[in-house]
Amino acid sequence: MLLNTIKRDVLVSFRNPAEIVNPLVFFVIVISLFPLGISPSEKVLAGIAPGVIWVAALLATLLSMDLIFRSDYEDGSLEQMALTDQPFLLIILGKIISHWLMTGLPLTLLSPLLGVMLFVNEEGIKAIMLSLLLGTPILSLFGAVGAALTVGLRTGGVLIAILILPLYVPVLILATEMIKTGMTGGDYIGHMLWLGALLLMSLGVAPIATSAGVKISLSH
Amino acid sequence: MGERSMLEVQNLYCERQRRILFSDLSFAVQPGELLQVKGRNGSGKTTLLKVLTGLYEDYSGEVRWQLESWPLFVSHKPGVKDQLTARENLKWLADLYQGGATADAIDSALAAVGLNGFEESLCGTMSEGQRKRVNLARLFLLQSPVWILDEPLNAIDVDGVKLIEERITSHLNDGGIVILTSHQTLEIGVEIRQLNISGTT
Repeated sequence: MLLNTIKRDVLVSFRNPAEIVNPLVFFVIVISLFPLGISPSEKVLAGIAPGVIWVAALLATLLSMDLIFRSDYEDGSLEQMALTDQPFLLIILGKIISHWLMTGLPLTLLSPLLGVMLFVNEEGIKAIMLSLLLGTPILSLFGAVGAALTVGLRTGGVLIAILILPLYVPVLILATEMIKTGMTGGDYIGHMLWLGALLLMSLGVAPIATSAGVKISLSH
Repeated sequence: MGERSMLEVQNLYCERQRRILFSDLSFAVQPGELLQVKGRNGSGKTTLLKVLTGLYEDYSGEVRWQLESWPLFVSHKPGVKDQLTARENLKWLADLYQGGATADAIDSALAAVGLNGFEESLCGTMSEGQRKRVNLARLFLLQSPVWILDEPLNAIDVDGVKLIEERITSHLNDGGIVILTSHQTLEIGVEIRQLNISGTT
């Protein structure tokens, strides 16, 4: 059922490419505004690069988060998923995984390009990719909780940001520290382990909270 | 056989936004029975169906099912995904309800609702009535003794209504039960039990 759900959601996203492309374009545009707005000098840009890339990744994920349940809620598919004897938790997990495949993974793959644009050195780019690879699934997992709770509301988008952004803070701190350490040639295995621990923890908690949230939203 | 109720509802009480929708509502449904829920707009028909399926849990009273498999629930929402084809939509439903279905079974269910040749069409490109037909094709595909249908005949043309009525009749003859809301009068060769929920307050 997990695989079926992932297959279905990925297929739906591919038939509706704006859903995939919009967060990516947003990510690229936000990041390219900084050299224009602050300074194109190498020293300044390399200094702010970790923060800029990660904040842009947070916002791009949030932008797409609202869509994870929205259309399924509106066309009634979500009710059907909740009403069968298939384990709802697996369906929810499948939806979160496919959300990550459609946003977190492309963001990760795109990030080296933006790293180069912001004068991040080779070691730093490696750290950026690793931090996004470990960090973006956490964003999808936590974001799904917010999306589940707000899917029944019309103005869900802003509310998700308010609910979820504070939860993203630990990820942001760890990831940017990890990239800074990487850029100065340090050893960032400790940061990676922390991010991995956060990922495992959210993998355990978030699907349960999300499926409870979806059930609450469905009963309205 | 047939004496045991498949569904028993006792002293159901439900309120929404400080309005009592129904109170002290009790009824039972036996195999082979059709229950038509009637009531004004906003009288709580959909809420009652949601209570029966377990989607809505903010009620007091008792709802007891004697069931081996989950009821089929067709809500008034489209129930089909615009970005998937008719065939993919049914495949997904079959995966959900009974762990899959063969391609032949899916195609013959689509043929049964008159959608021959539309198997590969995206549901987003279909008309409202066609999408409703895709949604109702599950009645020809999935096995479940209990059908809960919220306005199944909306947006469907005369031929389609006849098709669904025939399907409901044969389901009842097989000992299944159907609970539905509809503003239309159904023409079915079986006695229709009516449950009027406006004015129970």
